Amino acid sequence: MPARSPAPVHRRDVLAGLGGAAALAGLGLFNASCAVDDDPALKSGNLLRLGMAGGSSADSLDPRTYLDWVPINIGYQIMNGLVEVDGAGNAVPELFESWESSADAREWVFRIRGGVVFHNGKPLGVDDILYSINLHRGDTTSVAKGVVANIVDVKRLDANRVKILLAGGDADLPTTLSDYHLLVVPAGFDDWSHPIGTGGYRLDRFEPGVRSITTKAGDYWKAGAAHVDAIELLVINDAMARTNALIGGQVDIINRIDGRTADLLRRNKRLKVIRSQTGQHAIFATNCTADPYENNEIRLALKYAIDRERIVKTVLNGYGTVGNDQPISPRSPYFDADLPVHRYDPDQARYHLRRAGRDALAAELKVSDAAFSGAVDAAVLFQSAAAAAGITLAVKREPIDGYWSNVWIKAPFYVSYSDGRATLDAAFSKAYKSSSAANDTSWRNPEFDALANVARGMQDPRRRRELYGECQRMISADGGAIIPMFIDHIEAGSTHVQGWTPSALFDLMGQRIGEKVWLQS
Amino acid sequence: MKAPALRRLLVRRLLFGLLSLLVVSALLFFATNLLPGDVATALLGQQATPESLLRLRLELGLDQPAWLRYVHWFIRLLHGDFGTSLASGRSVVSELLPRLGNTLILAAVAGAIAVPLSVGLGLISAMREGGLVDRALSLLCVLTISTPEFLLGYVLIGAFAIELGWLPSLAVISPGMTLLERAAAITLPVCTLVLVVMAHMLRMTRASVLSVMAAPYVEMAYLKGLRRSTVILRHALPNSAAPIIAVVTLNLGYLVVGVVVVEVVFVYPGAGQLLVDAVAKRDLPLVQACGLIFAAIYIALNVTADMLALWASPRLRHETLRHET
Repeated sequence: MPARSPAPVHRRDVLAGLGGAAALAGLGLFNASCAVDDDPALKSGNLLRLGMAGGSSADSLDPRTYLDWVPINIGYQIMNGLVEVDGAGNAVPELFESWESSADAREWVFRIRGGVVFHNGKPLGVDDILYSINLHRGDTTSVAKGVVANIVDVKRLDANRVKILLAGGDADLPTTLSDYHLLVVPAGFDDWSHPIGTGGYRLDRFEPGVRSITTKAGDYWKAGAAHVDAIELLVINDAMARTNALIGGQVDIINRIDGRTADLLRRNKRLKVIRSQTGQHAIFATNCTADPYENNEIRLALKYAIDRERIVKTVLNGYGTVGNDQPISPRSPYFDADLPVHRYDPDQARYHLRRAGRDALAAELKVSDAAFSGAVDAAVLFQSAAAAAGITLAVKREPIDGYWSNVWIKAPFYVSYSDGRATLDAAFSKAYKSSSAANDTSWRNPEFDALANVARGMQDPRRRRELYGECQRMISADGGAIIPMFIDHIEAGSTHVQGWTPSALFDLMGQRIGEKVWLQS
Repeated sequence: MKAPALRRLLVRRLLFGLLSLLVVSALLFFATNLLPGDVATALLGQQATPESLLRLRLELGLDQPAWLRYVHWFIRLLHGDFGTSLASGRSVVSELLPRLGNTLILAAVAGAIAVPLSVGLGLISAMREGGLVDRALSLLCVLTISTPEFLLGYVLIGAFAIELGWLPSLAVISPGMTLLERAAAITLPVCTLVLVVMAHMLRMTRASVLSVMAAPYVEMAYLKGLRRSTVILRHALPNSAAPIIAVVTLNLGYLVVGVVVVEVVFVYPGAGQLLVDAVAKRDLPLVQACGLIFAAIYIALNVTADMLALWASPRLRHETLRHET
């Protein structure tokens, strides 16, 4: 009989021992991973924990790359902007202490705040400001190139003043400069894995797509800010996991809550819900150069065939405001309340169809929740409301991945989204001017371009309001965007968090919540 | 004569594994290239101007044809260089290693609990065939197999994190945590994974043991006067080891590469989530590295399973080697 096995170990011994060996291996690995440094700040008890959607493993803290909320929030913990926007939407000084402009709003002089020091000990000077603005100008891949496109020149005036020259007047330039990409670093700085700023906190640890930890950087120049000792930001992209983490007490604040969850969280005595009514809006975009949408009667028919109130109530659970097919929200000081409202009216829709020479209309609407959460539901409600006007909408659901490459701007009729913009001009430049790279609807109107540019440079508030009202009227009456609603930003957190107020822009106090709030024990 | 034959078989399997890796890397590369958009559109967002896109593509070398980029990537790989992430500019190895470590820890802990538990329970089931314990375990298996894993995770979170408040719902390991806190942090995901993989292994152990119970040598063992438990452990189990080993390794592979849903539910920073992020950003070097590592782990586990099965089953070994030589 030949030897059964050349191996010295018998199979039965191994079968029995396998479980134990695996357990040991597991424990060994587990121990090895525990040798991480102790952070005293995290144990002091004065730690603010944010659980946020909007982060990815590819995130960088280089302000030229900011496209989502997590890096922006971390950026504001470490660095300061030039100008801040307060809860009411006004431009207030930050590293720019004061400003004045010429009558045509084309020449601006900004005074730089004195006595501000970077984390590395270097005092803030004109060169740092120039360098930080110029990161986004000229030969650059900065995503904020468009924000500063109107700037012709930025130059040093003296030791603490800079002069900015614009191609076209902009009476809102300070607000424009509040853009979250325009963060200030020392001149020549390029080590973006360890950003140095003048903010209230310095970076301790950054694991892209996972978390960041920042700790207080000593005396902060800004009065009444940077209250907590440290901030931990956890990336929690899954909405359910975010809510669970808040209820379970693992984080103090979470962002991006939908209307239904907001009502559930409100019932919890230990939690509070903060609702910000901003310019964030949903868009059903028609391509104004494609058949049949090139005919404005068809666009108007669609505008009257959507039941906006119902969509706000059903999709947003009431956490939103009805929109009127132009991107300026009713909260804006320049909102024109006298615009004719496109209220749901099937007869009116039929009337416009007839004027286009049609009895009925069949169209395909491409949708995806990539545009905004609830987009598919909103499209289905649109479909049922439009049917009463003789408009047959085929709702075609598209995959979330690749939606912005495949469908956005390319499809003749699809769902889109826009966040709120700091200024009217920013909203118009983004998607409504002929030069816009992100023109959802391919609506181009030279008359509108000229009007919007005059309004931007107009210093007289009354006249400016009239001009901007006319801009809104043009988009609402003629544009290709059906804007059914403005979507509130909803965030929630523990009742321990104090000093927390709604935002005029975005959410989490314009993403500056880290330096604004404190914890009450 | 048999040892060299076994070795030859192993070498052949390993070479075949390398070939599979090559095919996997090519498939990954060209399939990711078929997806709409590229890393430049992902990085520059909606307001990208055509000039910025062009500039970034030049910077990242995306102007070259795909096959040439694949060849360059492959040559660098042969030098042991996984390259740098296109999206973040950081080295692929430094991005991947911590995440892979996290994944392996979770898989190792879950495997260390699930494998002995399910093989043990499977044996008990077989010994008590038709009894109360067997039926209860069958019911549990059907339940966990038919429940999607994210739901299983949510149920556990609902019970232990929200209602009872015993365990955290986020499996986040922070600096400054004690060993006990770390263990608590990963308890719920580990439990979820154990429940997910347990059923397959338990059912397979039970089925393969019972399938040999009708064999003449088992009857012989009974006739010798042995107890049922002795018959099963000493006579039936060794002869049914091959299929059990196969299903165990399959599940271990799943624990490493298939847990992205559990990672999302518990916000665990593992390699699966990294791969999803990389695909979303069309970050080819990172997708390639993740894919290759996952494929290599799968192949290694499968080769190990084959070898262990051969080793545990003399009959199988005899047949395979005769066939090979």
